[in-house]
Amino acid sequence: MSPDSLVAHHGEFAEDHSHEPNNVFGFWLYLMTDCILFATLFAGFAVARHQYAGDVSGKDIFDLKYVGVETALLLISSSTYGFAMINAYQHRLGAVVAWLGVTFLLGLGFVGMEINEFHHLVAEGHGPDRSAFLSAFFTLVATHGLHVTCGLIWMATLIAQMTILKKGLTTVYINRLMCLSLFWHFLDIVWICVFTLVYLLGVQ
Amino acid sequence: MNLLGRMGWSDLAMLESPVIMGAGLFMGLVVVAVLGVITYMKAWKYLWTEWLTSVDHKKIGVMYIIVALIMLLRGFSDAILMRTQQAMAYGGHPGYLPPHHYDQIFTAHGTIMIFFMAMPFMIGLMNIAVPLQIGARDVAFPFLNSFSFWMTAAGAVLVNLSLVLGEFGQTGWLAYPPLSELKFSPGVGVDYYIWSLQLTGLGTLLTGVNFFVTIVKMRAPGMTWMRMPIFTWTILCTAILIMAAFPILTVTFGMLSLDRYLGFHFFTNELGGNQMMYVNLIWAWGHPEVYILILPAFGVFSEVVPTFARKRLFGYNAMVYATVCITFLSFVVWLHHFFTMGSSANVNAFFGITTMIISIPTGVKIFNWLFTMYRGRIQYTSMMLWTMGFMVTFVIGGMTGVMLALPGNDWVLHNSLFLIAHFHNVIIGGVFFGYMAGYTYWFPKATGFKLHEGWAKASFWFWLTGFYVAFMPLYALGFMGMTRRMNHYDNPAWTPFLEVALVGALLVLCGISCQVIGLVVSIRNRHENQDVTGDPWNGRTIEWSTSSPPPFYNFAVLPHIDSLDAFNETKQRGHEARETPVYSDIHMPRNTPAGLFMSVAAGMLGFALIWHIWWLAAISLLAIPVIFIVRSCNDDIDYYVPAAEVARIEALHNARVAKLELTHVA
Repeated sequence: MSPDSLVAHHGEFAEDHSHEPNNVFGFWLYLMTDCILFATLFAGFAVARHQYAGDVSGKDIFDLKYVGVETALLLISSSTYGFAMINAYQHRLGAVVAWLGVTFLLGLGFVGMEINEFHHLVAEGHGPDRSAFLSAFFTLVATHGLHVTCGLIWMATLIAQMTILKKGLTTVYINRLMCLSLFWHFLDIVWICVFTLVYLLGVQ
Repeated sequence: MNLLGRMGWSDLAMLESPVIMGAGLFMGLVVVAVLGVITYMKAWKYLWTEWLTSVDHKKIGVMYIIVALIMLLRGFSDAILMRTQQAMAYGGHPGYLPPHHYDQIFTAHGTIMIFFMAMPFMIGLMNIAVPLQIGARDVAFPFLNSFSFWMTAAGAVLVNLSLVLGEFGQTGWLAYPPLSELKFSPGVGVDYYIWSLQLTGLGTLLTGVNFFVTIVKMRAPGMTWMRMPIFTWTILCTAILIMAAFPILTVTFGMLSLDRYLGFHFFTNELGGNQMMYVNLIWAWGHPEVYILILPAFGVFSEVVPTFARKRLFGYNAMVYATVCITFLSFVVWLHHFFTMGSSANVNAFFGITTMIISIPTGVKIFNWLFTMYRGRIQYTSMMLWTMGFMVTFVIGGMTGVMLALPGNDWVLHNSLFLIAHFHNVIIGGVFFGYMAGYTYWFPKATGFKLHEGWAKASFWFWLTGFYVAFMPLYALGFMGMTRRMNHYDNPAWTPFLEVALVGALLVLCGISCQVIGLVVSIRNRHENQDVTGDPWNGRTIEWSTSSPPPFYNFAVLPHIDSLDAFNETKQRGHEARETPVYSDIHMPRNTPAGLFMSVAAGMLGFALIWHIWWLAAISLLAIPVIFIVRSCNDDIDYYVPAAEVARIEALHNARVAKLELTHVA
């Protein structure tokens, strides 16, 4: 093939081709594999949840009020992301960026509170190397936190691409926002499981 | 802080023994020779633009198979080293491999053969065949496909690096803790194992997603579910298995890494760790993995048998349902790998029964192939030989599998050479024979010329006899009480059997040599073996309706499918439509080096983590998302091939066919 004879093609025209909806479907499938990843971590936690090895149990270290605030931040951020998506479909870039900004700050608050919780535990000598329970707890919760952090990086990237690089709300970017939306809500659902199975059952 | 982490001069494994030095020097020479030839032929630019940065599924498929064949040689040399050692090391004789080295060899053999031979081979075949079988122009995510391949390649590089720098694991191919924990394996061996498999595992997971979307969303118009070729069906099921199983592997290795790097207690002996959790998790991945390997082989046989028996596949629907049944059942049998764990009799009975049930859909398939052959006009090509060799060998392996599925039997045979004989019986006789049939079958489609049949047949007969001579003695040795992975032993009664097994391995060596020679001969004589029409076997499915190798856009006009075996139907109707086709612009993805770059960074990350070179780990960890984000800012990732260009390429092809057909007639 001779590249000169080939016509350049840009994302804008992609609607006539079937590739774009595939992105959302493919990303949803990837989320399902992520779901199995979390399921495996939950299984590991279930095996280790009473293996305190003489160290603390959940009852000793969990502060439900603190985790409640954390949970609220994440759940509200899901709603604000929803507002961003509504505006995206109406092609209001300014509103999209504003709502994404609010979502970003809420997510950042969640991650910050989690890091703070971990920092306290380690400082008080209850790090993940003290018992199988703590290993499983830190791994499960931190894996979720790491996912949220990736979501934040993704969100910041999209904001920068749409504003600074002036990509705007093209089909490509609405699809990307849609994928991040799936990701963000998925992490909410995982967190509800974490909150219930790790924290609520842990303080019993 | 040490700039090279925990690496030192003493880690040059080559200095440890002459065997490793020889292997290392040989490997180095081959690499230097290949690089030299590329430079001499000034092929770097061609290689870069046409292969390394390619997102074309056909080229990625070819590269996967090249990796698989190279790793087959590596894995087989491990095998022959082990057979020689065991034939020698009896009655106080230590053999020639010290335990430290021998343990690395059996670990590397299993790891390489499963992850870096069988998996790339299978993914290579599906890359070449599936988009063509469903009438698609590429896979759903071509860039991701390139990334997947290079992740596998990066993992393969790490495994081979362990040969000369440091050591490989000495834990067996699944690295059971607590042996694989830091306390008992303080060296870099297990870390090489973990990171090479994490890289290739991620690549495989993304391949699973990619091919599932491709098959679900990109079939040609008219190709309903029940008009899909069986190979495509098996790949669909394989993709489901990959998506469901590989995340478990990622988490399991992640937990083991946390134990080893940060002192966690998932699988340790202390502070509540539970080693049986590892065994459960690894087999929750590991058993589906067995079917990830064998289902595509079943798919190949289901293509080969109807083609060379010149008959429609018997029981297409039954074949589909059997495949789907196996897919589900493969998730409820994992505990049969450790009946000796000590679960209750009821639990063991459940898993024993589910294991036996799997033999029912598998038996259905065997009968379907037999009935397809019944009253067919069978051509005994090398592909048909592999298939028939498979049917006999796999049935024997399946029956010994049912024996092992009885918990009572398993308690006696667990961890013995009987088990080793059983799984080689199904993996060589099933998986490998299937992939060789598929390799020969689609070779002309990928390259434009056929493999030399004589050498292929010779290879088959050596493999078949070699397999039986090498592994039947192992069944007997299992009954005689010989356990697996022994470096030396003192029972003289075992020695004759092990010597016979060595002869078998040498026969297999002849089989592999025939494959290598056959490949070289076929490339040299490629003009004689040329596949002019694109349909060398009188095939039935639509991958044979386009030229060999297909143009980069696969089909100038997307085919319309109105039946099973659509291409065969078209030929039967004599419908070789000579009317002028109407071409339109074709949408194609642009090549990109981003997948290659990200995988190089990932490989460096793995290397840095193995050797605790933290600065390099930080840089490469940062590089991966940066490359990805930079790539995501680029909107110029695809283009249209104008209809005129398509017409030009097709006219060239038609002229070539006409000319060659004329010379053939003359």
